Amino acid sequence: MSLRGVAAGALAVAALGLGACGDGEEATETITVFAAASLTEAFGELAAAFEAEHPGVTVRLSFAGSATLRTQVLEGAPADVFASASPDEVAALDAAGLVVEERALATNTLVIATGQDGIETFEELTLPGLRLVLAAEDVPAGRYARESLALAGTDFAERVLANVRSNEANVRATLAKVELGEADAAIVYTSDLRAAAENVHAVAIPERFQVAAEYRIALLSESDAAREFVAFATSPQGMATLARHGFTAVGVTP
Amino acid sequence: MTALRARAPHAGLALLIAVFAVFFVLPLAGLLERGIGGSGTWDAITSNTALDALVLSLWTSAVALVIAVVAGTPVAYWLTHARFPGKGAVEALIDLPIVLPPTIAGVALLTAFGRKGLLGAPLDDLFGLTLGFSTAAVIMAQLFVGAPFYVRAARAGFASVDAQYERVAHTLGASRLRAFARIVLPLSWPSLAAGAALCWARALGELGATLIFAGNLQGETQTMPLAILSAFERADGLTAAVALAILLLAVALVALAAFWLLSTRGRGTP
Repeated sequence: MSLRGVAAGALAVAALGLGACGDGEEATETITVFAAASLTEAFGELAAAFEAEHPGVTVRLSFAGSATLRTQVLEGAPADVFASASPDEVAALDAAGLVVEERALATNTLVIATGQDGIETFEELTLPGLRLVLAAEDVPAGRYARESLALAGTDFAERVLANVRSNEANVRATLAKVELGEADAAIVYTSDLRAAAENVHAVAIPERFQVAAEYRIALLSESDAAREFVAFATSPQGMATLARHGFTAVGVTP
Repeated sequence: MTALRARAPHAGLALLIAVFAVFFVLPLAGLLERGIGGSGTWDAITSNTALDALVLSLWTSAVALVIAVVAGTPVAYWLTHARFPGKGAVEALIDLPIVLPPTIAGVALLTAFGRKGLLGAPLDDLFGLTLGFSTAAVIMAQLFVGAPFYVRAARAGFASVDAQYERVAHTLGASRLRAFARIVLPLSWPSLAAGAALCWARALGELGATLIFAGNLQGETQTMPLAILSAFERADGLTAAVALAILLLAVALVALAAFWLLSTRGRGTP
């Protein structure tokens, strides 16, 4: 009996302790920014510049596929800002009443990433036996890639998709498979190749099969610092940073 | 039985053992080969990401272990001795997370404690308390997948203690708690320590449930396995992933050695 009591008490204390951790920031304010994997370097730089301009504000970054981040936010992940590689994920949050405001951030184009002895043309994606890796269909990069293939014809798309060996959770995981030499080719964003290893090179996707990736940034909380971060990301300085990392900056003023 | 003892293994069996050994040793060798002397290894090990993740992993898995031991010991003891209808079902339920794929555990935890979960929704509505995607969620995921290993081992340990010792202690006037502390605990100590080690190791390595239920935020929910996954997904991240993997491996080996010492040295006699 007493043992049971002790255990129940300890469990209750532990539960209280658990509930308490997680808040408890000091005098400084911390904002949490969820950003698409393709924004890893650009937002890393943006966050550092923002922190330099706003002493006392810490930016916590979490990078993953936009679809993963969307699900996390829908299930209660504490994000103040969400930068998505597609309007769809932002729309899903908006439908759930989680978006305070949102605006266009940048656009991006698609490219084929291939290894040393990889392919040389878009058409070669159909080569039987080619080890192709795409982002999953639910992930923006995967969705755009499939749209691009569809533009080249249903039959072409089917033959390319038959070569797919893995559907990755985000575009950087997709690119990593080519960097590791585990895949012969992958369809990723043009900006991703700026961050890619030296053994990866780009094969252009013809203009007529291109799909423009539309990045949007959403404010998810009433935090002033978060609002300022959104403004900062879409400011001329933010746009310059994005452009330097291979994005086509949209340059929106509210 | 005796015929099997002390005989050199058959050639076929020897080959099988060799292949088996290579299969398990080679991945570790690969890890060390890539990591040791690699140019970015030290930088990766001493990076903020790695240290944050290591500290988080160590203290969350320790908390999960403490909860598992504090809550699991009485449950295991009770299950060992109690007789009631449906006992098998209760035991199976406690064992379930051992066979449950961690991703299922993550989704299940989310449906129970997430913001829209069975208990999570009322907690959120009534107290504004969100468990999902917090450090608490990390610990809950680790507890969920790890605790059954401890309870299972503890049950086996308690069951192996001859009930007569306890009865004798009772007749000599020892209270139940005293008999438990002085007789049962020392005798089942090796099982408890082994179970605790398994529970802790499982908590430390937890990835799938954490990723789904707790997310992946540096300093808050990004444990070592998640940091390794994230590093792997970054451009040219294999170096960092390998470095973090070696770091975690080293920490785990040290801790398991400590558990082993605990289980052999701590063994007592009634």
